[in-house]
Parts: sequence; C-alpha cells; structure tokens
Amino acid sequence: MNGILIVEQSLNGLQFGLMLFLLAAGLTLVFGIMDMINLAHGSLYMIGAYLIATIAAASNSFWLGLLAGVAGTALIGLVLEVTVLRRLYQRDHLAQVLGTFAILLMSNETVRMIWGSQPIPLSPPLALAGPIELLPGLSYPAYRLLIIGVGLFVALLLYVLVTRTRFGMHVRAGAANREMALSMGVNVQRLFTAVFAFGAALCAIAGGMLGPLLAVQVGMGESILILAFVVIVIGGIGSIRGALIGALLVGLVDTGGRMLIPMLFGYLMSPDTAASAGPAVASILIYLLMAGVLFCKPQGLFPARG
Amino acid sequence: MTRIASGAHLVARPIEAERAAERVGGLLDHSLLSRASLPLLVLLAALPAVAGAFNETFYVGVASRILIFALAATSLNLILGFGGMVSFGHAAFVGIGAYAVGILMNAGVATAWIAWPVAMLASALFALLIGAVSLRTKGVYFIMITLAFAQMLYYLMVSLKAYGGEDGLSLSARSSLGLGLDLGSEATFYYVVLLLVMATIVVVQRLLNARFGHALQAIRENEARMAAIGFPVYRHKLIAFTVAGAMAGLAGALLANQSGFVSPALLQWSQSGMLMIMVILGGVGQLYGGVAGAVVFLLLEEVLAARTIHWQFGLGAALLAVVLLAPNGLMGLRRKRGAQ
Amino acid sequence: MKIPNRIVALSPTLAVAASLLLAGTGAIAADKIKVGMLSTLSGPGAGLGVDIRDGFNLVLKQTGGKLGGLPAEVIVGDDQQSPEAGRQATERLLKQDKVDFMTGVVFSNIMLAVGQPIFQSRTFYISANAGPSQFAGAQCNPYFFNVAWQNDNLHEAMGKTMQDKGVRRVALLAPNYPAGKDAIVGFKRFYTGEVVLERYTPLNQLDYGAELSLMRAAKVDGVYIFLPGGLGVNFIKQFVGAGLSKDMTLYGPGFSADEDVIRAVGDSMLGMFNTSQWGHDMGNAANKRFVADFQKEYGRLPTLYASQGYDAARLIDAAVRDVKGRVEDKEAVRKALKAAHFDSVRGAFKFNSNQFPVQDYYLRVVSKDVQGRITNRTLNQVFKSHADAYVGDCKMPS
Repeated sequence: MNGILIVEQSLNGLQFGLMLFLLAAGLTLVFGIMDMINLAHGSLYMIGAYLIATIAAASNSFWLGLLAGVAGTALIGLVLEVTVLRRLYQRDHLAQVLGTFAILLMSNETVRMIWGSQPIPLSPPLALAGPIELLPGLSYPAYRLLIIGVGLFVALLLYVLVTRTRFGMHVRAGAANREMALSMGVNVQRLFTAVFAFGAALCAIAGGMLGPLLAVQVGMGESILILAFVVIVIGGIGSIRGALIGALLVGLVDTGGRMLIPMLFGYLMSPDTAASAGPAVASILIYLLMAGVLFCKPQGLFPARG
Repeated sequence: MTRIASGAHLVARPIEAERAAERVGGLLDHSLLSRASLPLLVLLAALPAVAGAFNETFYVGVASRILIFALAATSLNLILGFGGMVSFGHAAFVGIGAYAVGILMNAGVATAWIAWPVAMLASALFALLIGAVSLRTKGVYFIMITLAFAQMLYYLMVSLKAYGGEDGLSLSARSSLGLGLDLGSEATFYYVVLLLVMATIVVVQRLLNARFGHALQAIRENEARMAAIGFPVYRHKLIAFTVAGAMAGLAGALLANQSGFVSPALLQWSQSGMLMIMVILGGVGQLYGGVAGAVVFLLLEEVLAARTIHWQFGLGAALLAVVLLAPNGLMGLRRKRGAQ
Repeated sequence: MKIPNRIVALSPTLAVAASLLLAGTGAIAADKIKVGMLSTLSGPGAGLGVDIRDGFNLVLKQTGGKLGGLPAEVIVGDDQQSPEAGRQATERLLKQDKVDFMTGVVFSNIMLAVGQPIFQSRTFYISANAGPSQFAGAQCNPYFFNVAWQNDNLHEAMGKTMQDKGVRRVALLAPNYPAGKDAIVGFKRFYTGEVVLERYTPLNQLDYGAELSLMRAAKVDGVYIFLPGGLGVNFIKQFVGAGLSKDMTLYGPGFSADEDVIRAVGDSMLGMFNTSQWGHDMGNAANKRFVADFQKEYGRLPTLYASQGYDAARLIDAAVRDVKGRVEDKEAVRKALKAAHFDSVRGAFKFNSNQFPVQDYYLRVVSKDVQGRITNRTLNQVFKSHADAYVGDCKMPS
C-alpha cells in the first residue's frame, strides 16, 4: 500500500465520478424541472456509445465519431421527448417509471436488431493508447487523463451555462419552482425539450468516453443508471452542484471500496472468498452511503427547492 | 344482497357511487366473482389433463410458473395498487423466500411444512424491517430507498459464496409434502400451486373488503386526509407491506421448487420492474390485476420468445401502449365500461 | 374499434387457450437427430459462443445437414451468460424440444447450473468448452463428455512453461467463477515460484484499473491472466495503456490470446506466449480441411473454440453412425461416444475413464506469419498424453 497506488486509485475514482456526473446532470435536470423519473436515460447512454463507435469505425476518427455521435443522440433525445415523453409529464411517478421502462426495453431490442447481440469495438484515439508519465515512477494511462479532462471541461461548461446564461436562468427557475417559472412567462415546452436534448448529449459523451474502457454492448446503460439515480438522490434532485458532489463521492467510494475491501478481506479469508465478498460489500457501501445521507438530509445534500 | 360499505363514512358518496355500491357492496369492495373468473378457473383446472392428452406436459410447468408469478404480482398489487406504495424492491422478498427454501433444502430440511412457512416468515421479517425504515419517506425517495434495500440484499446474496453466490444454488429435489403427494409430478405441483394462489386471492379479497382494506385504499386516495382525521397511516401501510412481503415469500418458495434453482438474479431491480409491469398491465387496484398481468406478460414472453429473440420490443410497445392509452390496465378497461 | 365487453373480460382465458393451441401438437420426430446448442451469444463472452456454434455448424455443412447419416437439427439457445437464463433455456430444450444431445455451454458456472437437469433427463452432454473440475472428479456423470479439455489443463501447461523459463515473481488474475478457480489451482500445480498477487475479479468487471495499480505496486516480473474473450481484450488494452507492458511480461492460456482477442487488440499483442491443445497451423489432414473450410465459410481464421465445436459435432456424428441411428439405446450411445472413432483436428484423441480427454498441450506465440497476419504460431510440446488431476476422484462405473 504505497503513495503511488493511492494517487492512481484516486485518479481512477475521479475519472469514474466525472463520467457519472455527466449522466447524473442530465437526469437531475429532467427530474428537477419536469418532475419526471426517466429510466430511459441509460438507453441514451447506450445509443450514444453505439453511434460514436459506429461512426468512429467508419470514419477512422475517434473525434469525428464523438462529435457526430453526440449530435445524433441529442437529436434522438429530442425526437423521443417530443413524441412520447411529453405525455408523461402530467402523470404520476408510477406511470413515468413504467413508460420509460418500456422505452428502455424497446431501445435495447432496437440496438440489438441493428447491431446484433455481440459487443462492438470502440478504441481510444491511437495517440492516447499509451501512458503518460505524470511523476517519476507514476505512469497513468493517457486516455483516462483525457476522460478526466473532458469531464472537468463539461462541468465548467455546465457551470457557465447554468449561472451565466438566460437558458441557465430558466433552468434554475424551473427547478426551484416550476409553477412560478411558468407564470413568469418561460416557454416551458421549448425549455423542456432543450433540457432533455442536452441531457441526451451529456449521456452520449459519457458513453463515448467510457466505451473504450468498458464494452459497447446491449444493456450497458442499466448498471450505470442505478448509480446515477443514487447520485442524484444523494446530491439533491434538481441541483447540478449536488450532482457533481454526489458523483465524485460515489465515484471515489466505489473505486476506493473495490480496491480496499477485497484487500482487507484478503487478510481475513482466502483470496477467492475475499473476491466474492469484496466487490459485493463495496457495492453495498454505495447504498449505505445513500441511506446515510437521506437520514441526515432527507432532501439530499444540495436540494434545488430550498 | 346489498351490503353497506363499512368505509362509507370515510369517503364522499356521489349518486353514481351509490348505485355502484348497491351492486358490489361499496366503492372500496371487490368481488371474487367476475365474468372471467369462473371460466378461467375451469380452464385452469382442466389444463393438466388437456396438456397430457397432447403429450405436452412441458406446458403444465409453464402454467405453474405463470401462476407463481400471478401470486407474486398479486402481492405487489396489494401494496402498489391498493396501497399506493410504489415499491421498487418487491422482487427481493420473492428472492428471500426462494433462498430460504434453497438453503434449508441444502441443509437437509426438505419438508414443505417447515420450509414454506419459514420462507414466508423470512420475507415478512425483511419486509417489516425494510418497510419500517422506508415508509417514513414519500414519493421518489420511497422508490429509491426500496430500490436501495433490494440492491443491498442482491449484493449480499452475491457475496455469500457458501450459498452459491452469483452462480446460484441448485435444489436437489422439490419440497416434500407428504400426504401421498409427490411434488415432482408436474400435475400435482400445478394443482398445489393453483390451490395456494386461489387461497391467497380469497385472503386478499377478505382483507380488502374489511375495515383494514378500506382504510388502506382510502390512504391511497388521500393520505393527508386520513392522517388528519387521526388514522394510524404508518401502521396500516407497514402491516400491508409486511403481509405483501409474506405472500411474495410464498411465491418465492414455490418458484424455487418450480425451477429447482435459486440465484441472486431473482432479487434484481429489473425483476421488480417486471413485477410492476405485470401489475400495471393487469390492472392497478383490481383484485385480479396481478393474475391478469402475469398471465398476459408471461404468455407474451412464451409465445413471442419462441418466434423472435426481439420479443422484449413487443413487450415494451405493449407496456407503453397500456401506460399511455389504458392507464388502469386490462382489468381496468372492463371496469370502466361497467361503470358507464 | 370497440372490443366487446365479453371478449375483454375473457381475454386471460382466451389467451391461455390460444397459447396451448399455438404451441402445437408435439409430433414425435422420426429418425432425426436433435441437438440442443445452448451457448453464450450476447455480452462480452459472445464471441466464444458464436465460434463454438459456427464450428459445430461447419460439420453439418460438410455432411449435408446430417449426423451419423441421419438428418440433424440444431436448436440454438442463448444463455446470456446467466445461470438463471441458461437453466430456463435448458428446460425448454429438454422438455419441449426433446433433444437427443446437448452442447455449447461456454462458461463453467452455467455448466454447473444446467448439468443436473440434463443428466436427470438422461440426455448426453458433449461439452465443447466448459470442463469444471467437479464434473471431472467427484461429480462425474456417465452423461457428461468433454471434447475440449479439463479447465485446469491449459493453465497447467503455462505454469510448467513459466516455471521452466525461470519467471520468478508473478501476479495471477482470473474471474471469480468455477473455471477461474480451476485455472489458478491448475497453474499453481506446476508453477512453484513466488506468487506475489492473486486476484479474482467479478465475471462482469471490465475495468481493471485497480488490479493494474496493484500489479505495478507489487513490481512483478510476469503476469498470468485467465480472461477469456472480451475480458481479455479490455485487460490487454488497459495493460498496455498503463505502460505495464514495458516492465512485466504478459502470459495467458489460449483463451486470452486467440484470433478474437488478436483481432481486437492488434500489434500490442505480438510476442505473447500462450498454451493450447490446438493451433490452426497443425499439419494433420482433418485440421487442414477444417481451417480451409472455416475460412471459406465464415471469412475468418478459427479459434480454439471453433475447433472444439467442430470436434464435438464430429464426435456425435461418429457415435450416431456407430449405433446406426438408434440413439434411444443410451448404453450403446455411451459406449460409442467413449470409443471416439473420429479424426480430431488436434491429432490423436482419446477419452480418459472420466470421459475427459487425454491429449498433448503446446506452447504458442503471437507473431506475424508469412502472409503478414498477426496470428498464433505453435512452438513446442509442453505435455504429452496429459490427463487431468481429478480422474482419481471419479467413481463412475465404466
């Protein structure tokens, strides 16, 4: 257990947390402003990854794939919102859960119909496939540094967007008090569509960035979706700041837990028993964290509605 | 025979409700007999004989599975449809019941008379504990907390390598019932399941038509009002949650017997989602909603999955259609017409 | 369109009746061999299942759709790498389709979950991949035949190789499931050097950042991984990405270094040593025909999984021919299977008393062949006529 290990794992946690933030930001906005639970959010992440992978492979350029894929996913999000999701805003949470779950099922199968059941490859840009020497003795994968960079850049962009633009002002107003925002003349329909499309774009960025590390496969959105929900509950629904803090917390606890707990268990029991209990306990830790936060602050850490 | 609804003093009664009450007994009462239930019962009773004649005993097993899920969906409907509690962790109680039977079987206890009640008790206990904490929250937080607890239980079972962990646990045989009945025979097992499902529906109906059930439904309609007039809302919800958990445990015990295999996959949130789909397909707040939903859902899966691997697309489309067009599910369609 | 009230009310009833009729009457199949192929066809492990299926189907194309002279039907099921789904698919194959043989399972955890119903229904299972130690030893069963290897074998071969090469400090990594445990046990049976790090990761884990950090911190000389299919692809890419390929050498069994992984990883794999019971450059006649036909039919070089699927079909073909199509006579079929009267693509082949193979194992290296393709080259023999370590525990009547 040395310093380099800690630094490496912290960076890994930061990297994972920032990607979670991209997903959580869109989710919390949709929930905070439109009061809609959207289980199809993970599907946008998956569709984004698939589009980026396909275009990147066809054009032999990761960056082109990323750009085009993100635009494509935003468009798909827009169409989805206008056609189907708009009808769910007025409904109760149960109807929203089931309606978006239905969309989740249909998206999975549509992707399977187009791309098949096997995962498709997505490689990082060739220039970033190797390590960068951050400090003497500490080499860190360049690609993961890119992910961290992109994540921080998007976080900054969101901050500027939400605090310094008119659009951001409407978003914050809608999250704080929807009825008041409506009566103040905000064009609600367009705002909702814009927020949704924007959330879809963020999902696609996360999908494209994580694709080379994980696998671009059907159903890839489901496991990360649950974590995103945990993040926004911890952070406070409707708050982007909460989403960032929550995501970083979850990212670090998850990554740290996966490393430390098997190690700890390894001292107490055989390697393969430790290997079963370790990751499971690390996962339980996240949910305990959420329960703990809700116990102290039932509305999350930074609730948007005062 | 008219019965005066005992919950009458708790809800407003416009004229149409008055007339409806004269037929069934009250807005909050539910009838065991509907136009569908008797023919369906006859068909279900005859199923093993029919299947045997065609030499397709495989389908008796399929029917058993459908009935078991009907039981699980009915238990969810109790709290979701009638109690208004959107629990995203109900599959965990089914899983606990299943594991109880599996673990006892592997420890040498094969008799159903011990294993099945233990399964129900274990699920009830977890439901009591989880409900005690979760029911203090409302809305989306309730959904998330029930989800979180279910996921914790899922990961717990994954971590316990002694009980198979992620790879699951095989049961060497089905529970033994004694009384000269061999549950290994598909037909016998089917009839036992059918009996238990029927008994559960009767229990649910009695519960719903009693004061407790009326209060529960009234809480679903307007919790604030019920609290304001001094009703012990939390206690009612917790009792309902626990009872539903016990029923889910029974379903789990039967499921472990039917498939001969238990794995943590039974506790996943996506399984809870499937149960919720069944309830909404069949009819939230309808007595036979769980049964109808499970039958339609699993038959759709059975028939479609053999034709195409993309059957879940059809399922999603059907679900979306129901959510958008028929919010009260299939049984609700019937009820709506009846009220006209 | 207004649906009559009565129909709506009776819909569940009608649905039940309709589905029974739709299911159709189970006509008793006459003189046809039905094979249930249950494999992993989705998720990161899908490449392996697809190869087994393609190898198996290639035989049917060569024989004109026949096994042992009788028309054959292969019913394919996807276990989705879930023991639960695998179990349900198995029930369907056994009870609804009433198959005569079963094959195809890739992962040992699924194999262990579906074994019981298959053996109880007295259906022969010809494993084209999964060879759990349980089925080789104490839980061996007359209805289980493995035509590939026992899980430990390829790892035993690499353990011996690394021992002979003098690799001092190693890190071991395998997925946390029965085959992963078999792998490490097998490796350690022949490698007696220092195991600095021994880690098991969840079967669905694709990000190996933590494990790579630990390996870097442990400063090992060699890393031995058992990460089949997509898992291996991810690990090797991340291994290179973290710069560890400069400091330590990567070794693996054939599962982590065959055509599917090479296709995805590319140049960075050159020089990786791996072990296998088969290589596509083996010179015997059966193999030459197999590789040529596979390339023609599917447009790619076969992996060892494909070779195993091919041999499984050849074995069934030979057995059905030996019993002259009378597959109801289970004793005769078993005897015919044990005799293994077929030409395996790996050369000589025979079964041990526990119905697992006794065969040779070779060292391979990933290199560029004469055509400039990155592929495996078979080097020397590591084991000759090697049996698995569990045969003594198997108390099956022969």
